[in-house]
Amino acid sequence: MIGLSHYLVVSAILFVMGVLGIFINRKNIIIILMAIELILLSVNLNLVAFSAYLGDLVGQIFSMFVLTVAAGEAAIGLAILVIYFRSRGTIAVDDANRMKG
Amino acid sequence: MIQVFAFYLFAVLMIAAGALTIFARNPVHSVLWLIVAFFNAAGLMVLVGAEFIAMLLVIVYVGAVAVLFLFVVMMLNIDFAELRAGFVSYLPFGVLIALGLLAEILLGLGVWKAGPLQLAQRAAPTPADVPNIKAIGQVLYTDYIFLFEAAGIILLVAMIGAIVLTHRARTGVKAQNIDKQNRRRPQDAVVNVNQPVGQGVEL
Repeated sequence: MIGLSHYLVVSAILFVMGVLGIFINRKNIIIILMAIELILLSVNLNLVAFSAYLGDLVGQIFSMFVLTVAAGEAAIGLAILVIYFRSRGTIAVDDANRMKG
Repeated sequence: MIQVFAFYLFAVLMIAAGALTIFARNPVHSVLWLIVAFFNAAGLMVLVGAEFIAMLLVIVYVGAVAVLFLFVVMMLNIDFAELRAGFVSYLPFGVLIALGLLAEILLGLGVWKAGPLQLAQRAAPTPADVPNIKAIGQVLYTDYIFLFEAAGIILLVAMIGAIVLTHRARTGVKAQNIDKQNRRRPQDAVVNVNQPVGQGVEL
């Protein structure tokens, strides 16, 4: 029978996949944003699995808020990407130091 | 039995799609693999009885976020081969970090014990014989109504922010400016001249 730990392991693997995506696609910010979406997806999976196995609905409610933030983050991130591309002509972000921060 | 089979099918497909998302050469393929991963995650959520979140995932992620990614990838003229440079040199370090992280998480899971569960102290116990979506609505619109509205405000701010960031007033375009037209008054545009006979007009 499928238990909670199966879900936790699957979502841990997906989380690590997202972190790996950020590390190996260091220049391509589009893939980095997608890797962040993967990470948030694994967090959602964790929340829903705990919610289901504990019989507590709050996990699913919280998962909705994570979804909201993920959608907003994708929209803002892609908007910043578009204006960055407009001013620089590239999206290579590994040498993005325009603000000299 | 069918449940176990479905779990492993969805899990393997989701992880494979996640791997292909980050390893694909073409970012368009990455987006499409991301969509596959979202669908399989929705399947996993349906398996544990969270149908509403699963459908929300399909609608929000596949219908909105992934399409947004697809638009941006396809509309920007990006040289992806150049961005790919350094991929191989980053790979060993990335894999090292990832394996370390995975080992830590699995170690944590291995020693994790839920302890004595205080099931009476659950914030919102799942009601029996009520559909998932109805149960969520009964909790979300009562106890969590302010958080729900805050989520709406976050989405509004994100929408306005995205518009403000990407909007540009284009100069040199001959477009109709209705506001300017309505503000134009006859005294700005027409001059009455008492023109004497036999003299030229002075404009």
